[in-house]
Amino acid sequence: MEICDLTAAELGRKIKSGEIGVREAAEAFLDRTDKTDKTVHAYLTIDRKSVEKRADEVQEKIRSGEYDSPLAGVPAAVKDNICTRGLKTTCASRILENFVPTYSAEAVSRLENAGTVILGKTNMDEFAMGSTTETSAFGPTRNPWDTDHVPGGSSGGSCAAVSSGECAYALGSDTGGSIREPSSYCGVTGIKPTYGTVSRYGLIAYGSSLDQIGPIAKTVEDCAAVLDIISSHDPKDSTSTERSYGFSKSLSDDVRGLKIGIPGDYFTEGLDPEVAKAVTDAVDVLKQKGADVEKFDLGYVKYAIPAYYTIADAEASSNLERFDGIKYGYRTKDCEGLHQLYKKSRSEGFGEEVKRRIMLGSFVLSSGYYDAYYLKALKVKALIRKAWDRAFEKYDVVAAPAAPSTAPKIGESLSDPMKMYLSDIYTVSVNLAGLPGLAVPCGQDSKGLPVGIQFIGNCFGEDKILRAGYAFQKEYPYRAPHLTEKEAR
Amino acid sequence: MGKNAIDDETIDYVGILAKLELSPAEKEKAKKDMEQMLDYIDEMNELDTSGVEPMVHIFQTNNVFREDVVTNGDGHDDMLKNAPEVKDGAYKVPRTFAE
Repeated sequence: MEICDLTAAELGRKIKSGEIGVREAAEAFLDRTDKTDKTVHAYLTIDRKSVEKRADEVQEKIRSGEYDSPLAGVPAAVKDNICTRGLKTTCASRILENFVPTYSAEAVSRLENAGTVILGKTNMDEFAMGSTTETSAFGPTRNPWDTDHVPGGSSGGSCAAVSSGECAYALGSDTGGSIREPSSYCGVTGIKPTYGTVSRYGLIAYGSSLDQIGPIAKTVEDCAAVLDIISSHDPKDSTSTERSYGFSKSLSDDVRGLKIGIPGDYFTEGLDPEVAKAVTDAVDVLKQKGADVEKFDLGYVKYAIPAYYTIADAEASSNLERFDGIKYGYRTKDCEGLHQLYKKSRSEGFGEEVKRRIMLGSFVLSSGYYDAYYLKALKVKALIRKAWDRAFEKYDVVAAPAAPSTAPKIGESLSDPMKMYLSDIYTVSVNLAGLPGLAVPCGQDSKGLPVGIQFIGNCFGEDKILRAGYAFQKEYPYRAPHLTEKEAR
Repeated sequence: MGKNAIDDETIDYVGILAKLELSPAEKEKAKKDMEQMLDYIDEMNELDTSGVEPMVHIFQTNNVFREDVVTNGDGHDDMLKNAPEVKDGAYKVPRTFAE
């Protein structure tokens, strides 16, 4: 088996045993990327020289015993809204086109301290605002399963990189589904942890009360291993929580007695019948393995997206005020006075979707509209949270689709933002309630595009969703797309 | 037809709040987009939320205090490397006050 086709855990074991060298592993992924990424366009930045140098350093530190993590030496990619010291971090925006962070995100530092070789930075929707990776200022990423289709978003570059074997695993971020929806579209595994589990220090903020960093990989086992490394209580993030860790320990093929709830009100009009069938079949697999499965009504389903966009855009309008053309980023070439410098730099630097969200966010926070929109959304959020609380009184895990369809064609979503927003229907309420959600590949539609199932847990209930995902993956192992020679050229 | 109508005055005001300068064509598009989104968001009004406490944070948040000491070293020069314009080791901005 080729290096790029191994899981991160397998590769880690082979590196530890000395069967595969760290440099050899890194070069294998870089060579694969040379072949496939002209078409897939998962990466925005790769610094080959630094990668090779870092690989040699990591090899040495594995030999000396300084790095002893199960994933030491395994090459990974990082979404381009997560700061990497000395390596360009653009948020796929013109406004940050030349931004080089002076510090690394806590999640990145933790990976580096565990001996990770970071290959490069991955494409995304601009400032993580989008569900297809088409709002990137640097061109879309293509789905490795069919390059006429989007990879999903906003972590589309990370998911496509994993799927095409251009990295062993990747970091993404998830504000309203940005790890789970593209994982589903690309046929890979991704988890958004409980809010507060992974430090947001160094994650360029979009909706701070919703943002979480999480791993994307071939398997549930890999995701758990990465989560073991990047989770921590970080004093640098005031919303970071102290909790139990050790996610890999919860992996077990035994789901006997696991109580799984299926929200009947998710399986309605708007859900692609092929997706519904794949997800239902996947739940049946777990039922046959001894899980107790029951249907229930979650409630408030149609209100999640309006509440989400109100809250996320409000927070975005505030968070993105820092981009003013003074301290970093793009500055307009021609302006008179400070105020015009702000306005012109921002108007020229931000893309259309980002401006749309900043405008809506500014509006819902403005005096006269604050109560009717922003405060209303916070109340709806409270109701949604209560609905989930009721569900978790009865169930250990809620199983649902990760997205209402498989990956749409490139160009189909951009013309109709409202339609794009609806693709988040099964993911946003998980962020509003702070819950963990795991997307696992569970089938393919008649076009051959992957379908993902989402396992949702109560706060700090990662152990149960990882168990459900792990047990399912035992029966439906990871499969990679076959990028044809023609497509890969 | 939707029930929200955004007039020129409102979109100009939002432009000031958002610190964005829109061309006339962008302005028309922004009005339409915002009307459509607000019509959609208005669906929340179907829910009776009287007596519901607005929820900002999922978990109880507390202030996090620490001693006011520098722990991350001096990043002055590195930070200035990202600045669009620099003068004498500081950020340069256009003249703000009239002479």
